[in-house]
Amino acid sequence: MSIVVGILFAIGTYLILSKTLLRIILGTSIIGHGVNLLILTMGGLKKGGPPIIGLNTQYFTDPLPQALILTAIVINFATTALLLVLSYRAYAVVGTDNVEQLRGLEDE
Amino acid sequence: MNNLIIGPIIIPIIIGLVLVVCRNSLGLHRFLSLLATVLIGLAAVLLLEQIRTGGMQILNLGGWEAPLGITLVADMFAVLLVLVTALIAFCCLWYACSSIGMGRERHYFYPLCLFLIAGVNGSFLTGDIFNLFVCFEVMLVASYVLISLGGTKIQLRESIKYVLINMISSFLFLVALAYLYAITGTLNLAHLSIRVAQSGQGGLMTVVALLFLTVFSLKAALFLFYWLPGSYSAPPTAIAAIFAALLTKVGVYAIVRLFSLVFYHDLGATHLFIGALAAASMVLGAMGAVAYDDIKKIITYNVVISIGFILAGFASFSLVGMRGMVYYLLHDMIVKALLFLSGGTVIHLTGTAKIREVSGLIRLHPQLGWMFFIAALSVSGIPPLSGFIGKVFITTGVFQSAYYWLGGIGLFTSLMVLYSVMKIFMNVFWGHTNLTEETEKGTTQGLLPPIVVLTALTIALGLGAEGIHEYVDLAVEGLLNPNLYTDAVLAQNGK
Repeated sequence: MSIVVGILFAIGTYLILSKTLLRIILGTSIIGHGVNLLILTMGGLKKGGPPIIGLNTQYFTDPLPQALILTAIVINFATTALLLVLSYRAYAVVGTDNVEQLRGLEDE
Repeated sequence: MNNLIIGPIIIPIIIGLVLVVCRNSLGLHRFLSLLATVLIGLAAVLLLEQIRTGGMQILNLGGWEAPLGITLVADMFAVLLVLVTALIAFCCLWYACSSIGMGRERHYFYPLCLFLIAGVNGSFLTGDIFNLFVCFEVMLVASYVLISLGGTKIQLRESIKYVLINMISSFLFLVALAYLYAITGTLNLAHLSIRVAQSGQGGLMTVVALLFLTVFSLKAALFLFYWLPGSYSAPPTAIAAIFAALLTKVGVYAIVRLFSLVFYHDLGATHLFIGALAAASMVLGAMGAVAYDDIKKIITYNVVISIGFILAGFASFSLVGMRGMVYYLLHDMIVKALLFLSGGTVIHLTGTAKIREVSGLIRLHPQLGWMFFIAALSVSGIPPLSGFIGKVFITTGVFQSAYYWLGGIGLFTSLMVLYSVMKIFMNVFWGHTNLTEETEKGTTQGLLPPIVVLTALTIALGLGAEGIHEYVDLAVEGLLNPNLYTDAVLAQNGK
């Protein structure tokens, strides 16, 4: 699991360092998934029953990481959607999706 | 249990949602959003009195007790910041009423500002580190939209970078959270404080602490500030003022909270590091502020310098230094809003941000000129204005903790601050008047009253420093004694 997280982070970083906006957004998305997996791994993958009082199981799984990931997924989804729209607008107005050309000139 | 604590978070959200529904009545938008900030201010004042008499106030959301559920904690430090946030939001929204333009107003400018304020207040008041992340995101998503609202070329260009930087720092935040949860098994700040104190802050914990520091430095523009000058000079004045006064300060608050409550066991590693970053951002910020001749650039670099200075006070981690930090933080929020609003008004009037293209503005706008002068003096810490007392305390505290280099850099950069803002004042307001009332690009109509209020605040905070002394001392006491915080949060269920 940790190896998968590492690979996802590596891919995401590579994509973010590229010059096309769309690839950068995909990179952030992939890193987002990597982070979610990391939370799950770090929370400890235990075997056990659902964490409901009254259920006669000896071991319970920790419900917290899933709750955290759910929140993180929603936020990640929203920001990715926003970033996609933003980059489309920027492409339409500025006329480029190359970050090198998004630098901006001194006098404008 | 005190239900008032949820007020500063829920009031702007409810009013914001109402405003989203009634899209077309702009008068209602203006009135209700100003009303929301007034209500937040009132709630904060009530809370201040309750804390002064009854100690920290706690609210367990949903009735779940402390380590299990999400806790809201109102201690003196947080509530002071909430109060100043309300004051600044009021002034900036007031300024926005007559400057932001119909187009932006129609596209949900006020609701977005209210959501941003809800996120800011939530970050101040939360007692749970994951909830801190969520409130950060509420604040950031609102700021993403605000920074690109209007969709001019420069805004779009800068907002992409701003969003990307913040998304990456959010991911790092989550990574740090995951590690912290794996090591300690809890996310409640008070519980974290106890667990870390019990197990000791080993090397692994310090690494996690530094990861958190990286995240918050990105948000607070401490050393990692390269995104700030570009993105803060892109949006219109009112939005830039809100950003400069509030967003970076939330990052500062998170650093202060986390490194005074949880990671305070290895001062040599973490706090020295914070001190070094503070020194670096002061020096680099001063270079930027001195080098540019563009009003917006100069005052955004001043934001960086002041962040460095505030955290220098925190790095000293002494009673006096922390007191100075609280004073200076409150002062800086007000005076940065003031600088941005008055600087923005100059740009609005002249149509240019280059200080060499304007001169002699004081003949046409004496009030604006003198208020800018007061702001300039206040930001560089001239008595009797509000920057002075914080600067004295921070410098004393830093010297007491034997960080002489940090104190020296702090004093040297305040000279640079003075030079950079005086450069604006002398170039823009003095000299031969090269504009007439006809050639001006805009009027000051409706723009001056909020600036007057902020100027009055900075004077009052300077002269009335004795009056808030008790509150500041309580705030510092809470920051330096983490067991006060943990006792208050965990006491109810006897753990």
